[in-house]
Amino acid sequence: MTISIKLARTVKDLLMMAQTEYFDSGHRTCQGCESAMVLRWVAKAAGPNTIVIGATGCMYVANTTYYTTAWALPWIHTQLSGTGSAVVGTAAALKALMEKGKLPNEKINVIGICGDLGCADAGLSEVSNAMTHTKYNFLILMYDNESSANTDIQETTMTPFGALTTFSPSGKQVRIMKYRWKKNMAAMMAVGHPEVRYVATAIASDPIDLYNKVKKALEIGGPTFIHTLDPCPKGWGYDPKYSHEIGKLAVETGIWPLFEIEDGKFRLTSTSARIASGEIKRKPVKEYIRRQSRFKHLTDGDIEYIQRKVDEMWEKWLIPGLIPLTKELPYPEVTKASTK
Amino acid sequence: MSVSALETKRLEAVLKGDEEVEVVGTGTDAVAYALMLADVDVTSAYPIRPYGGVMQTVARLIADGYMKAEYIVAAHEHDQFEIVKHASAVGARTFVGSSGVGWLLAIEAIVAISTDRYPVVALIGNRALDDPGAYGVEHNDALMVRDVGWLLVWVDTAQEALDTTLIAYRVAEDPRVMLPVGISMDGAFLTHSEHVFKIPPKKKVQQFLPPYDLGNRKLHPSNVISVAPQVNEDWVTEIRKQMDEAMKNARKVIEEAYRDFAKIFGRDYGNPFVEPYMVEDADVVMVGMGTVSKPIKEAVRRLRAKGERVGFLRIRWFRPFPTEDIIRYLSGVKVVAVVDRDYSFGSPFDGGAVFTEIRSALYETDHRPLMMNFIGGLGGREITYNDAINMFNMALEAARKSKVEQRVIWYGVRE
Ligand SMILES: Cc1ncc(C[n+]2csc(CCOP(=O)(O)OP(=O)(O)O)c2C)c(N)n1
Ligand code: SF4
Repeated sequence: MTISIKLARTVKDLLMMAQTEYFDSGHRTCQGCESAMVLRWVAKAAGPNTIVIGATGCMYVANTTYYTTAWALPWIHTQLSGTGSAVVGTAAALKALMEKGKLPNEKINVIGICGDLGCADAGLSEVSNAMTHTKYNFLILMYDNESSANTDIQETTMTPFGALTTFSPSGKQVRIMKYRWKKNMAAMMAVGHPEVRYVATAIASDPIDLYNKVKKALEIGGPTFIHTLDPCPKGWGYDPKYSHEIGKLAVETGIWPLFEIEDGKFRLTSTSARIASGEIKRKPVKEYIRRQSRFKHLTDGDIEYIQRKVDEMWEKWLIPGLIPLTKELPYPEVTKASTK
Repeated sequence: MSVSALETKRLEAVLKGDEEVEVVGTGTDAVAYALMLADVDVTSAYPIRPYGGVMQTVARLIADGYMKAEYIVAAHEHDQFEIVKHASAVGARTFVGSSGVGWLLAIEAIVAISTDRYPVVALIGNRALDDPGAYGVEHNDALMVRDVGWLLVWVDTAQEALDTTLIAYRVAEDPRVMLPVGISMDGAFLTHSEHVFKIPPKKKVQQFLPPYDLGNRKLHPSNVISVAPQVNEDWVTEIRKQMDEAMKNARKVIEEAYRDFAKIFGRDYGNPFVEPYMVEDADVVMVGMGTVSKPIKEAVRRLRAKGERVGFLRIRWFRPFPTEDIIRYLSGVKVVAVVDRDYSFGSPFDGGAVFTEIRSALYETDHRPLMMNFIGGLGGREITYNDAINMFNMALEAARKSKVEQRVIWYGVRE
């Protein structure tokens, strides 16, 4: 491993290592908002020498109401699609000012936070451009509640197949309006930007895994990316007390594989690694889907389709979770005769 | 590409010596040299004509070691402007620019720069908006932001471009202002034409331009603040009012800056806001912005030689608008003829933006002139001195009759 930092192994470790809150009371997110939990762990892992940039979305509007901000770190708003630009601008300025002696030389974490619409849709070209700026150090965290939540739960490209949103209702003529499959964002970042040294997926219901991944991303340097899947009681339709349970089910059913790519090396982590090794068996996706009212109109046939897609990912993909290609084996033989 | 031996000698002279150095270059080159002298920390680039030349020259200055700045090639103009906004927030002096549709693509970030009160300086190489495609100058790109807290200035020569860039940083970064400045430069006529101009020595620039200091608004772990939180109706009115105060303060700060500029560099622009040309006893005064001054001044000289009492007023600063100077120079004149290299469809008199603003400013005077508007030179079409003479003749005719037959004339339009 290229990174030598202290990581948490147990819940006790985590509690000992991360005692100070930098994302504190004052926010106005819904009860059970897992995106807010993600931010809490990110802030803890990053510590005080950090600048946070937040794109428009729930985590802006609900977190930073003037006079009641939850952030105990320097924080600034960026436009919906601006996260990639903002982290580059901030990191570049710190570099220039430190090199010219206009700021004391020290390590300052730069973290850009954007939702799925702001990051994977509106701001994709900015984020992609940012991922190529290897001389700057920053982390982009995409918190994925699978909708444009702040504007009343609308469909984004990251909304899962079949889910109800206010832009994708189910009606008499069109039963499933969100027919598009979710984008593979972390994979896109890793595979499409080969010089990026750290990319990971995570989830708030596995805080040890999340905390360690943030630590690594900030330590390794250059542009880094973490994609979290965040159960959202308002958008997904379940009692807020089940947020963690839903999050765990997303991983246990294999819908949300936890992985990291460090210096080009891919590894499944935590529960997902145990699934891959056969230590635990994937639960049926139905257990996850039937818990959320956004899927209430789906038929058993629809769920079978989703199960097939998830099975395919685990069993047929070149790398499960990462590369949705299947190797055609054996490769067509290239005979000496044909190359003449 | 690299800096020539001759240029090397000259650049070293201004960076190390006490004397200014004369060079030949384009309007965008002149801005690039000003950025070198102002020690800009972060800049972001995106290709579009005609502004793009400045970033080519900046790139060359960085590559050859004359300038030290983070040079970021952006994904598009929104990216480009958002990058400098955030660089400015942590205390970096920044430069950015665009033209036409590029400037418009960035508009969301452009507005956030002014509403967040970051003193970014931008070059707008004025260009017609799409569609249809046209490289040439029109002022509508820059004018799109006339209401949202950007200071806007139009320059006329490469020397003025260089000097105004230095002045722009000084004004923008003044704690009484803290607003961005857009420097407009007519596409092709100034961005791409060669001029002789003087590069002042860096020592004098340092005397003129203090370091950028955001004070307690600097985003840094040692200063835990929240910038641009969600405020809603509770505070937006107060925040807009602060911008209003800053924009009003800018008039005084601009005056001070030009005064100091004259003292330190020995180049005196007289009135900072407008350039009056033979207006003292004029019956007809033409008004315009940017390089249209050249043919109009020539027309003034030729008509004066024939005994016609005509003059010209070039508007430099469009925001803040020079209301007092407009009144001073135009009140009591028989006919004011405004040349707009822009349009404002459906505006109160279906004229151009400059015409409409001047008309509004003159409402306050007791001696209101008759007013005419020429919409011309769109998409980069040339306005020659003969065109200017034609326009003057129409205005002189109106002056003689004390009556304007046609208020807005699309000059030279093929019908
Ligand atoms: C340019 C622009 N378009 C639209 C909006 C309206 N808007 C505000 S928040 C938001 C939702 C963002 O969704 P996402 O990034 O997924 O974050 P979430 O709200 O789900 O946390 C939208 C569309 C905006 N602020 N700016
Ligand atoms: S709508 Fe969802 S993401 Fe937004 S605050 Fe509520 S739970 Fe969190």
